[in-house]
Amino acid sequence: MARIGVFVCHCGLNIAGVVDVKKVAEELIKEKDVVYATTYTYMCSDPGQNLIREKIKEHRLDGVVIAACSPSMHEETFRNATRDLINPYRVEIANIREQDSWVHEGKDATEKAIKITKSLVEKVRGNYELEPIKIDVEKRALVIGGGIAGIQASLDIADAGYEVILVEKEPSIGGRMAQLSETFPTLDCSQCILTPKMVLAARHPNIKLLTYSEVTGVDGYVGNFKVRIKKKPRYIDVDKCTACGDCEDACIVVVPNEFDFGRKPRKAIYIPFPQAVPAAYVIDEQSCLGIAPLRCGECASVCEANAIDYDMQPEYIEEKVGAIVVATGYDLYDKNKLVEYGYGEDADIITSLEFERMLSASGPTQGKVIKPSNGKEAKKIVFVQCAGSRDKQHKPYCSSICCMYTAKHALLFKHHVKDGEAYVFYIDIRATGKNYEEFIARVMEEERINYIRGKPAKIYRQGDKIVVEGVDTLLGKSVKIEADLVVLAMAIVPKKDVKEIAKLLKVATDEHGFFKEAHPKLRPVEAVTRGIFFAGCGQAPKDIPASVAQASAAASKVIAMFSHDKLEKEPIVARFGDACTGCRTCFYICPFNAIQLDSNGKAYNIPALCEGCGVCVAACPVGNIKLPNYDDEQIKKMVEVVLE
Amino acid sequence: MKKKIAMYWGAGCGGCDVSLLGVHEKLLDLLGEVDIVFWPCAMDFKYEDLEKMEDGSIDIAFYNGAIRTSENEEIAKLLRKKAKMLVAYGSCATEGCVIGLANLYAREEIFDAIYLNNETTPDGKIPSHELPEFLPVLKTLDSVVKVDAFIPGCPPPKPVLEAALNALLNGKTDFLSNLALCDECPRRDSKPDKLEINEIKRWHSSNDDGRCFLAQGIICMGLATRAGCKAECITASIPCTGCMGGVDGLSGVSAMSAIASLINGEDEEKERKIIESIEDVVGTFFKYSAAKLLPYGRVKDES
Repeated sequence: MARIGVFVCHCGLNIAGVVDVKKVAEELIKEKDVVYATTYTYMCSDPGQNLIREKIKEHRLDGVVIAACSPSMHEETFRNATRDLINPYRVEIANIREQDSWVHEGKDATEKAIKITKSLVEKVRGNYELEPIKIDVEKRALVIGGGIAGIQASLDIADAGYEVILVEKEPSIGGRMAQLSETFPTLDCSQCILTPKMVLAARHPNIKLLTYSEVTGVDGYVGNFKVRIKKKPRYIDVDKCTACGDCEDACIVVVPNEFDFGRKPRKAIYIPFPQAVPAAYVIDEQSCLGIAPLRCGECASVCEANAIDYDMQPEYIEEKVGAIVVATGYDLYDKNKLVEYGYGEDADIITSLEFERMLSASGPTQGKVIKPSNGKEAKKIVFVQCAGSRDKQHKPYCSSICCMYTAKHALLFKHHVKDGEAYVFYIDIRATGKNYEEFIARVMEEERINYIRGKPAKIYRQGDKIVVEGVDTLLGKSVKIEADLVVLAMAIVPKKDVKEIAKLLKVATDEHGFFKEAHPKLRPVEAVTRGIFFAGCGQAPKDIPASVAQASAAASKVIAMFSHDKLEKEPIVARFGDACTGCRTCFYICPFNAIQLDSNGKAYNIPALCEGCGVCVAACPVGNIKLPNYDDEQIKKMVEVVLE
Repeated sequence: MKKKIAMYWGAGCGGCDVSLLGVHEKLLDLLGEVDIVFWPCAMDFKYEDLEKMEDGSIDIAFYNGAIRTSENEEIAKLLRKKAKMLVAYGSCATEGCVIGLANLYAREEIFDAIYLNNETTPDGKIPSHELPEFLPVLKTLDSVVKVDAFIPGCPPPKPVLEAALNALLNGKTDFLSNLALCDECPRRDSKPDKLEINEIKRWHSSNDDGRCFLAQGIICMGLATRAGCKAECITASIPCTGCMGGVDGLSGVSAMSAIASLINGEDEEKERKIIESIEDVVGTFFKYSAAKLLPYGRVKDES
């Protein structure tokens, strides 16, 4: 025999304005096992919580139903407030606000409130007392991606005294920020503010830097991940290489440099950019003539440090970590898809990142703004915002940073080419960050940039010029500009291999391929899978300050996790019976990789990994899997009282 | 003292009666232990003989076939009265079997198809005299009378039947396996690590490569169907259709839920198409249990 108390919250007028709360309490007291029922204005307030505590003691309650707002709001509040008196899993919330008073009116609402509350009484009747599961935590973190977000997260975690393994796919860390010339709105030199952080990360005693490496496998669960990492052969011993550059001079193979989008040549042995970290060369095995079969060997013959090893093989290492920060960054939307803007057919229509390289002192033109088709100075530039963004044909979302960097581009262009003319096609100007609006105003007014509200309809070549045709929607006039250069502010998209990484980590991606956070407002840096955190543009397009802030937030989550010796975890996890026949349905569908097979092929789960989603419970064709406090019988009874 | 047993044939194909003979030499042992007091299919008994028996005088009455007519129902009730133990024998008595699919149609629609609008029955008319009533829906034995034990299968496979007879004659009723067919499936080891279905194929139009049928995209009910038959069908390269019934409720419900979760078409739209490519959903998943799924027949569309 249970002794259940029912507490109906008025929530001011939120509930009581619609639902006859007194009647709900009166009806509920008639239910079997309900020994006490009352109402109160604000159950979540201090006196409200005290009322519940008092009544638990007074009536020796062993089950509590609080009819109030959504359990995602205050379930934790009420369970914590009564934890010393009653097992938290014997306290349930009947949601009569979001699911009732906010969406219904009149008598029906009261009736529904009674039914919802009754069904929760049924649930509590069948609830077990449960204790949290304790799990060990390996106090080391893995950071995937060595852009500004990954670097910041690594530094923060390492500074707190925990070991970090920072894995970067490219030969150098630095990411996209290393490619930028100046940053908005302060016009700091991007390299100058980034490089010290890169060096700091490389030298930090708590950071193990693995460049030119990729994560190939992730097993385990929060606090106990096993990560496999492939170190691609660099063919250079990083410790021996002094970055003197003799090898580069000796190398006879010339190919386009990826870092400058192919607008500058590099050798088969190269350093991606002068400030690269680690400051070591790398051999591109696709174009090198020295790697099996050995046909060249020029670089090795001039390397005084003896750092070159053509026989280097990929190396696979395994690391145990407790938490993972995913900071994989972004790519630009494929320019070839914007046929209406003629990319791919014309050298004088370039993307925003190519323009960044052009502006950069270390870029292919040493900062000169030129027409790539003939190398002459570009005098007239059209900047096109939302190229692929905010466009149902391409990417419906806003890429968030293009308004700002386009303004910066236009400003820098005017500084580089004093008599230059710049036009910006825009839909709206979104300048929401600190000092952003002021920056835009300054660009518009002081720099005399022509902002045209509208999207270009057509971009095509006419002789030496690129013609941009569009409509100025403010003036209602068609515009035709003959430009030297067109810069497309391309949409930001997730990195190509995000899908594979998401699969490895068992985390979700949204419809555009960005990592999906656990809650868009209240848990924006965590994955639903525990122990995995997001930072930077892999989660959504964002600017540098937001990436850095998110990285620090992710790091502080990791640090908070590592400050405990054991982790606590919800005990509502699937329980397996002994009727498994090894059909593997659950094994296949478990989104958290929590299910394993024993030597007889029968399934069991690792409670620490199980998130209690219940997918396996529904899928098991022999009813061998149960979720405590969500038993079939309990749910049937809950449905029955609702249908009465 | 020899046990008195009875066997009756309700609405069914007769396969169950034959299956009792299918235990071969074991039947001789059985006949040594029992007296058959009623088995209209094999021996000459009349209903009056049954009516004259004392209540509870039969030790075990086996009822095969479903309840389709008023006569079936009457005899089921009579046997219940005369027998200490009433056993549902075979899939029809247990779950309604293939003929239970008739519950997808109203009685009038069935008569219309059989007697009136049927190319091979010219000038048809619905027979009316002196026949037992054709009930509005097909019922299983346990929906008419209390049943003490169930022997599933269409017909009950030999190993199941032997275990059942052995147990029942010794007064026990726990002779069924609690595991699903995958447990004794000869193809079990060919299951891939990650079982996923990208395409639904039909058995008769695909080349069976000898692996787990589900891994080939062929619907097999084995994962939700009770073990015990020693996977006779699968041994003969035919996927399980589920005649042994479910381990946990209706096998069709469990199998649908499980198979749906194995389907992987990358996005929802593709997955919906894969699911829609399943021909005859009721006939596939509820081939033997439609009468359990629709005990009151089909609910009329409200629109």
